[in-house]
Amino acid sequence: MNRKDMRSPLARAIGLGSAKSGVEHWWAERLSAIALIPLTLWFIASIIAHTGSDYAAFTEWVRRPYVPILMIALLITLFYHAALGLQVIIEDYQHSWAKLAMIIAAQFGCFILAIAGTVATLMVALGSDKALQ
Amino acid sequence: MARGTERPLASPSSQNRERVLPVSPNIQIYSPQLTSVLSFTHRVTGVLLSLAAVGLVAWLIAGAVGPDAYAAVQGAISTWIGQIVLFVFTFAFFMHLCGGVRHLVWDTVHAFELRQVYLGGWLAVAASIVLTIITWVVAYS
Repeated sequence: MNRKDMRSPLARAIGLGSAKSGVEHWWAERLSAIALIPLTLWFIASIIAHTGSDYAAFTEWVRRPYVPILMIALLITLFYHAALGLQVIIEDYQHSWAKLAMIIAAQFGCFILAIAGTVATLMVALGSDKALQ
Repeated sequence: MARGTERPLASPSSQNRERVLPVSPNIQIYSPQLTSVLSFTHRVTGVLLSLAAVGLVAWLIAGAVGPDAYAAVQGAISTWIGQIVLFVFTFAFFMHLCGGVRHLVWDTVHAFELRQVYLGGWLAVAASIVLTIITWVVAYS
């Protein structure tokens, strides 16, 4: 608070604070959380079913039509949810430029990892790996 | 205006009144309770699962690169360190899942009574332990 500031306390407060855009973040976090319940449980069940299986079994599994669909859905939802959650944690413990830098890093990181996972899944699913040529 | 000078809160000197505003007690003051510990656990497991997601992408990329890279990642996972990390990730997943379900229940404005909050908390801990053990027993059988 600057003593030279002639504005009233109300004028300083208006336009600041919550109830502006928090609802979308909160709702997106919930939606992605709900979507992740079946997706992650499917993934865990699939991993259990494939414990100790070799590369041929892995590619056979990824090439089933529903697997890349669910895997890419999982990747997008997972990294979207991670970006939203990490943002909340960073906002609570970091301030000023560090907060901004870490949020940008987390969001860029989640974005590129979602793309990388999606491309890798498609490469296996569409059979462009060197093993089976 | 002097910066960071310590003044007793009782004497509101107009010079640096705003510098020494009292801060509300936080985790360094409160003794741990199930509610606060699980709240913090939800955040820690969330960060851990973000790291697990990086591992998932590494596993998929290895699968796309070829059988040698895939075998290398599978080999790293099957070492005892890899198995411990995977076990921690499994438990973190079920803790975060159960904690998330608790949050979704609260979002519908249910189970806010103190008894229900504690019951839900212990249920989440018990369910996470049981589900982690079931997962590993089924995976190894």
